[in-house]
Amino acid sequence: MNWLANNWSSVLELAGSHLVQSVVPVVIGLLVSVPLARAAAGSRWLRPVLVTGSSLLYTIPSLTLFVVLPLILGTQITSVGNVVVALTLYVVAILVRSCVDAFESLDRDVLQAATAMGYKPVRRFFGVELPLAVPVMVAGLRVATVSNISMVSVGAVIGIQSLGTLFTDGLRRSIISEIVVGIVATVVIAVVLDQLLRLLGHALTRWQRTGAGARRPAERRRDKNGPGGARGGAGALATVESGGAPA
Amino acid sequence: MNLFAQAAQFLTDPANWAGPTGIPVRLLEHVGYSALTMAIALVVAVPLGLWVGHTGRGGGVVVGLAGALRSLPTLGLLTLFTLLMGLGLMPPILALVLLAIPPILSGTYSGIAAVSPALVDSARSMGMTESQTLLRVEIPVALPVILGGIRNAALQVLATVTIVAYINLGGLGRYLIDGLAVRDYSRMLASVVLVAVLALAADAVLALFQRLVTSPGLTLTGDRP
Repeated sequence: MNWLANNWSSVLELAGSHLVQSVVPVVIGLLVSVPLARAAAGSRWLRPVLVTGSSLLYTIPSLTLFVVLPLILGTQITSVGNVVVALTLYVVAILVRSCVDAFESLDRDVLQAATAMGYKPVRRFFGVELPLAVPVMVAGLRVATVSNISMVSVGAVIGIQSLGTLFTDGLRRSIISEIVVGIVATVVIAVVLDQLLRLLGHALTRWQRTGAGARRPAERRRDKNGPGGARGGAGALATVESGGAPA
Repeated sequence: MNLFAQAAQFLTDPANWAGPTGIPVRLLEHVGYSALTMAIALVVAVPLGLWVGHTGRGGGVVVGLAGALRSLPTLGLLTLFTLLMGLGLMPPILALVLLAIPPILSGTYSGIAAVSPALVDSARSMGMTESQTLLRVEIPVALPVILGGIRNAALQVLATVTIVAYINLGGLGRYLIDGLAVRDYSRMLASVVLVAVLALAADAVLALFQRLVTSPGLTLTGDRP
């Protein structure tokens, strides 16, 4: 671990770059996916276009995007921007699919009750639909974040700076501790962000647990149908969880 | 656009389609590494997923294990194993197997675990043994989800095999690494386009397979289990 003592400042710098490349796409991806998914839910033409488009996009390897995007964006091949754009596309591909399912499987009774209580569409969206979709969204975000963190390092193969640079540099100079530091740092970032998202999801879905004792049967029925009374939500969660992203 | 034209030229040049460094050979290497990886990963992950899903024991451990493996950077493992074990086929294959296990494991486990308990109970009450329940009821019902996980793993492996060229192996990534070394951007482009086409083709084949082996009982309209 002498290596780390001598190089901690460059490791921190690479970790910062790694963090930016993996987190910025998640934030932008979320902001893009939610309105897109809401518009697509129930839409006859937008839904198939988005669902097919996102699964096609998901099939394109990240290295392909890292190499092709500079031509489209006019950036340098080693630019961090390529990674940010490529990973944003993957985040959208993951989130749109699961969010469409989440919005479409909302309990109609709940929506009608909200409307009957005088909720206008915009307020109903932010006050009822969005909170009910949170469990599926958080599950999608966690998968997207963890797979982003692991994908970012692949960019090092073509010279994009990240913690992955420690792997290529460590291999070239045969420094095992450099690679180990890179792996540990990557895993630590992944675990910390994953737990932060889990806590965020927990904090945003307190309604799922209030009065759980009194409402056991309803709770159980809800579990079977998926979180938040989202019918088919469990299916969406399973899809999200069995899927990583193409490296 | 000029670069795309050059890449197209590289891809259509007959010289690049012949010999030991030609596209067909690289393609076969690429598919071969991927197939070997998938075979090992399937042997490890499917039985484990079936067992955990069927008995319900260790579900939390499996989910945690899959999550932990997923956060391991494949490039890091690849370089680490190569330094520890030397150049060769096994270090990168091992790294790729660790990449392929999480989706297969969680797909198999969650597929089996999601089979309706009523269905399993009725199978048992009809006198089926545990293995019959698993083979004749749980696996057929869970098959679409299991295959979904396998398809996902195959895609990730096909995409990631590209980087084994970084440690002197073959595969379609060879053109990417060699192109990078001599700043031949069109060759890099040709490489990643070939990988993308291979991934799309493999996904289409696997999707078709998934549809063919799905039990007709699962696709009937009405309530799905």
